[in-house]
Amino acid sequence: MDLKEKLVSSFMAFEDGLDLDHPVHEERSRAIKNFETKGFPSKKEEAWKYTSLKSLQKIDFSIFPKQESALEYKDVKKYFLHEIDTYKIVFVDGVYSSYLSETTHDGVDVCLMSSAFSKPMFQQVIEVYFNKAASKEESLTTLNTAFSKEGAYIYIPKNKMPKKPIQILHLATGNEAALMLQPRNLIVAEDNAEVQIIERHQSLTGNEVFTNSVTEIFAGKDAIVDYYKVQNDAPTASLVDNTYISQKNSSVVRVHTFSLGGKLIRNNLNFYQNGERIDSTLKGVTILGDKQHVDHHTLVHHAQPNCESHQDYKGIFGDSSTGVFNGKIIVDKIAQKTDAFQQNNNILLSDKSTINSKPQLEIFADDVKCSHGCTIGQLDEEALFYLRSRGIPKKEAKALMMYAFANNVLESVRIPELKSRINKIIAEKLGVRMGFDL
Amino acid sequence: MLEIKNLHASVEDKEILKGIDLKVNAGEVHAIMGPNGSGKSTLAEVIAGQEEFEVGEGNIFLEGEDLEELSPEERAHKGVFLSFQYPVEIPGVSVTNFMKTAINESRKAQGLEDMPANEMLKKIREKSELLEIDRKFLSRSLNEGFSGGEKKRNEIFQMAMLEPKLAILDETDSGLDIDALRIVANGVNKLRSKDNAIIVITHYQRLLDYIVPDFVHVLYNGKIVKSGTKELALELEEKGYDWLKEEAAV
Repeated sequence: MDLKEKLVSSFMAFEDGLDLDHPVHEERSRAIKNFETKGFPSKKEEAWKYTSLKSLQKIDFSIFPKQESALEYKDVKKYFLHEIDTYKIVFVDGVYSSYLSETTHDGVDVCLMSSAFSKPMFQQVIEVYFNKAASKEESLTTLNTAFSKEGAYIYIPKNKMPKKPIQILHLATGNEAALMLQPRNLIVAEDNAEVQIIERHQSLTGNEVFTNSVTEIFAGKDAIVDYYKVQNDAPTASLVDNTYISQKNSSVVRVHTFSLGGKLIRNNLNFYQNGERIDSTLKGVTILGDKQHVDHHTLVHHAQPNCESHQDYKGIFGDSSTGVFNGKIIVDKIAQKTDAFQQNNNILLSDKSTINSKPQLEIFADDVKCSHGCTIGQLDEEALFYLRSRGIPKKEAKALMMYAFANNVLESVRIPELKSRINKIIAEKLGVRMGFDL
Repeated sequence: MLEIKNLHASVEDKEILKGIDLKVNAGEVHAIMGPNGSGKSTLAEVIAGQEEFEVGEGNIFLEGEDLEELSPEERAHKGVFLSFQYPVEIPGVSVTNFMKTAINESRKAQGLEDMPANEMLKKIREKSELLEIDRKFLSRSLNEGFSGGEKKRNEIFQMAMLEPKLAILDETDSGLDIDALRIVANGVNKLRSKDNAIIVITHYQRLLDYIVPDFVHVLYNGKIVKSGTKELALELEEKGYDWLKEEAAV
């Protein structure tokens, strides 16, 4: 049985025990039908031309983890941003771990989707927001919707801000030989609310993990949302991240994606600007080696006038790693005075690494500023010589140049401890020890 | 200090240095002048170990040690310093952090511990005062958005920090106004000692009014065609290079 059949045939068993009168049941049913019709995307589709899910579909993934696994905090501490106080929503093999988590209902709700689905006090928010930004057509998103049950639920009411940043951490123990996870997150920041979120997926063993995640983010008027994705997973872990962001007037949403490890990563990052004077920022640093593969597909849909978007993706590819950047910008006819900026710069460190970079602009308004640029190159030899002539060895000199290259993205991280954590991961990855925090 | 014997260097099969002989003793300042394209910068980069150039015949010795097999960083650790004509911008790495890295890498190569933080700070303060560098400047990203003059001053600041045995200043005077030139030259003069040597590469006599050389060499078409004392620089300023080109052609 291939993975699609297995998923489709498990759907009824999955819903067994869930409330079938809940409006979400209908969403799930529609979603599984869509997935059943479409199946997994294949390389024949333009959007999946460079990323194949074929080999993943041959693996016999467990769809429901069989048992709850306990983990000691000390064993997984390093995957937390433990240098600062945060709320934590932690899942172990897809199951919520209350022991490792710290949730709250103090003025804001930082808790679980399973609670939000089942408790009446959350029903109104679920009805207004759940599955309202996510695609009802895209097959992997609908697959996730069909199995939506657990994930992070974050609700920030009007004018509120949580006392501290929120971490969402998905740990996979390897108790299953191969495990598929489908977390579903809902983040709502009402008017003038503010929130900072860090999301990380971490497999603890060499067993196969395939995560198909969907996150919906709603930013009300004047809301500010900072979302950081730390993708530094084990070489047997694959991730498809579908994130849908809906913004209202004068809101600011910034998503930083750090793709530093994993077997296959596909980021579908979709911004919908449903208001004026909106600011959307999409930044990414990708540093890969071995046979790793990262595919960034971004979409910014400018649907109203006077909005901005800023995209800045930096990629460094070594060994036989492969990268894709596909940045789509749509500017509707009424979206005059749009200012859309897109930049994708890449460095290839080896002859075997590849990058496919493609801007895709669909502009229907006539008074807009849209710029895009893409570069692919190698490390500048003259700059390397300059650093080495100061006594800095080749490896460290290369690392410094890579930091410098990625700096535009790193410098806009607004949590200093996170920034130094990312720097540390990068230094480890490059095998260097820098005597200072950049 | 430095001894160059019959040095040949080429890039992509084009020979640029065609047999250079040069001896620089400790405590001396040598100026190398010459028209554009004569090979001055190539000579500087070959001494510093730029791997882009193919060194054919000939050798470079620093304190008797053949540098041929040494990488640029190893040469730096032995005390070679090159002030670049076009210093490279490194966004996100401050001048201070860059200097710390450079100094500690050199110390590591010599089997020493990292320089203690307070000692480092004291040194940075001292040397930045020497070059009249503002404290704020030190926390800026290396060379990013620096004016031409600031870049050159920063190069000499690095020289002051690294205390090389042999410093090669490649057109450090270009892009400097007269005040900046005086500050830079003053800094270099204070770094002169009986234990180190300096090679100044320049087009113009102007810098040599401030950094007075013991010897002046004229490089033309990959060879040193004339050597003399500081009076030679004055003569060149007056007569240009054409008479030397004619002499060399004979």
